[in-house]
Amino acid sequence: MNNNLQNAKLEPLWHTNKFIFALIFFLVTLFFFFPFINPSNFQLHLMIMIFMYAVMAQSWNVIAGFSGQISLGHVIFFGIGGYTSSFFYVEYGITPWIGIFVGILFSSLVAIAIGIPMLRLSGHYFAIATLLIGFSFQTIFQRWDLIGAASGLWIPLNWDSPWLTLQFHESKIPYYYIFLIFFLLSYFSIWILYRSKIGFKLRAIRDDPQAAASLGIPVAKYKIIAFVISAIVMSPMGSLFAQYILVIEPERMFDIEISIIVLLIAVMGGVGNVWGPLIGTIILIPLSEYTRIFFGGTGGSVDLIIYGILIMLICIFRPSGLISFFPKKILERKKF
Amino acid sequence: MTIEIIIQAIISGLLMGFIYALIAAGLSLIFGLMGIVNFAHGEHLMLSMFSSFWLWTLLGLDPIISIPITMLILAISGILTHYLLIRYILKAKMIVQICATFGLSVFLRSLAQFLWTPDFRNVANPLLEGRLEIAGIFIGQPQFYASLVCLLSFLLLYLFVNKSETGLALQATAQDRKAAETLGINSNKMFALGWALGLSCVSIAGTMMSNFFFIFPDVGVHFALFAFVAVALGGFGSIIGCLIAGIIIGLVESLGGLLIDPSYKLLYVFLIYLIVVIYRPQGLFGR
Amino acid sequence: MTNILKVENLSKSFGGIIANNNISFEASSGEIIGIIGPNGAGKSTLFDLITGYTKPDTGGIKFNGKSILNLRPDLISSLGIGRTFQKLKPFLDQTLLENVMIGALATGINLNQARDKALEMIDFVDLIDKRHHFAKELSTGQRKRLELARAMATEPKLLMMDEVTGGVDQKTVPGLVELIKKLNKLGVTILTIEHNMRVIMDISHKILALDQGKKIIFDKPKNVQLNEKVIDAYLGGVNATTS
Repeated sequence: MNNNLQNAKLEPLWHTNKFIFALIFFLVTLFFFFPFINPSNFQLHLMIMIFMYAVMAQSWNVIAGFSGQISLGHVIFFGIGGYTSSFFYVEYGITPWIGIFVGILFSSLVAIAIGIPMLRLSGHYFAIATLLIGFSFQTIFQRWDLIGAASGLWIPLNWDSPWLTLQFHESKIPYYYIFLIFFLLSYFSIWILYRSKIGFKLRAIRDDPQAAASLGIPVAKYKIIAFVISAIVMSPMGSLFAQYILVIEPERMFDIEISIIVLLIAVMGGVGNVWGPLIGTIILIPLSEYTRIFFGGTGGSVDLIIYGILIMLICIFRPSGLISFFPKKILERKKF
Repeated sequence: MTIEIIIQAIISGLLMGFIYALIAAGLSLIFGLMGIVNFAHGEHLMLSMFSSFWLWTLLGLDPIISIPITMLILAISGILTHYLLIRYILKAKMIVQICATFGLSVFLRSLAQFLWTPDFRNVANPLLEGRLEIAGIFIGQPQFYASLVCLLSFLLLYLFVNKSETGLALQATAQDRKAAETLGINSNKMFALGWALGLSCVSIAGTMMSNFFFIFPDVGVHFALFAFVAVALGGFGSIIGCLIAGIIIGLVESLGGLLIDPSYKLLYVFLIYLIVVIYRPQGLFGR
Repeated sequence: MTNILKVENLSKSFGGIIANNNISFEASSGEIIGIIGPNGAGKSTLFDLITGYTKPDTGGIKFNGKSILNLRPDLISSLGIGRTFQKLKPFLDQTLLENVMIGALATGINLNQARDKALEMIDFVDLIDKRHHFAKELSTGQRKRLELARAMATEPKLLMMDEVTGGVDQKTVPGLVELIKKLNKLGVTILTIEHNMRVIMDISHKILALDQGKKIIFDKPKNVQLNEKVIDAYLGGVNATTS
């Protein structure tokens, strides 16, 4: 056995970059102590939106960046999650905590039901089908009387047991921590996924499904797995959001704009990498929230004007996303 | 449910079908030429409708008369789109291409919302209004002529692409860019031409539709969806496929709305798309 | 000598074109079988049929006695058939090491073991210094070695190589040939499509010659060289380099 081979085997499988770990530790601590510096309601709302969209963009990243499928209708899992937990609370009084898991179950089932026929589609055909699915869900929910049709569901207000009913009226701080925990859990899970056998196989499928098949990877099975994982990550965000605003309707919960924003965030940040979605969120969501305040009225669309320009610029100049600005040394050749 | 009502629905479905076909043809042309799906196609339609509206509001030009102007506006828009955006993403991964035109669509739609508010506008008292009666069937005059103009434009487009010298140059570039270049065909100019042509088609449809359709920033979304379905159904790259698919979509929308439920129109079209595309992935006439 | 691969009366047409016309041959375990033929003779189609990327119209394929007809490519791979592609398919956005690791994972081992295994394969093809380079940074010859190492990491009993020496400069060819021989000594049966006559005649135990979808001859290299039909097929053919 020659020297080079021996040395190579002694290298650790994953390069742990102390700088990044320190940064993450620092950020997480910051997040935990943020409410203690007396932030305004708006600032708390902003952070909540950041956590929420960071998770949703990560969910989109799983199918696009880890298995190469581009979905333009990702909002459906958000809507299913939100409607499921709300419906079970409104109709049967079941606590949203359980509702979140029922929502995950339903979203997974939908992911499988949609994913299997979609296996035959690829590229543009797939993307267009997802677009149609998104709109179809909105149409169906707008006319489904069981869950309130176009007027949606109004979640009955409860002041007695906020933690049981997941409703907090006096302060946004509990919402903040709940979203924070889900955010940390989601990112940790995806980080583990990235470094797992499944992560490797998904990336193979993303880069070249035919070659992946020649290496014993059952492409169809893993595509569905990626779809389901993506749904599992996304669904709780819908459930939590429903509890946050307490009124949900099809136009909001199945809004194509959510699909669009999630996609733009992920692409801007950098698809295929665990931290890309977070970077995209940190830049775009504050932009969105602040322009909304600044411009008011029809200014509601100014953030999207800027988004549109930004995404076109990224596609032209930096298609691999903002994450590619980080020098290769810090990312340690994507082994992160 | 008399036979007349059904025939009425078939006719109106057919008429809308020709309009969808022309819009789809623009999309198909661009895709056939450079493999890019223009996700901003609906927004370009919206632009043409707003152009027609403003020309009417500010200059008093009737939509029929402003067709050449809106065609020019959209053609310029197409050329700009190619030279400022598309040119840079021709070799990029599909996800980048999709996001680029998607970004353009978001940009245009939001800009329209910002400049002109989400309010619904319409062109009141255009030259074409009222109803026609043909063999006992009533058809709206604007719809009828819009459809006719779209069909004629479609045929003209088909002739141009297949019989004219420039059209053949376009086809050559579409089939094999490098080979075409060795023949002296400047592919960059061909691409720009493709965009100009494709969007001009859209502008004809949009301008004629401003006679009878409401105009608002999101109006393009619905048509874009149907255009995507039409192109995929007909087969990416096939212009004839657009016509057939456009007609199918128009009929499905109309008859489905009549016989089942008007609020689920999108779903019927979606179902057709799914069925065709799953059992025949390349569409009806696609490569 | 057991029959590791048995192809019986395999036929496949695309539209009006008959790509493979009633092809039959057998590969014995441990052999190197060269597959030659002018462009369009149906060689890559044959590969696609055997590895499950296309379904044959008629005929059968047996691997170690069991039929592998109509199985998915990934199942065929897990049974022990590996392949490389004529149009190279490296995972461009991943490093050489990651590429080969994915191959190694096919045997069901964990990531650490896969990493070590991948390193061994990369060492085997002499690219250990480039293990952290992204595949898109590698030259064509290096990418060929990447595909080889990656396919080998799956521990195939039968390795099917599609034009390994194609598109690489002449200096690299002897090195690749050495690799193939080394591999064969380890017990791997090899099917290799080749245009380089010198290479084929050198390494093959048997040669399958195809022309226009039909089998012309399947025999030892000496006999194939002297066969009239083979010479006919290549006279006027642009691709054979005999010297």
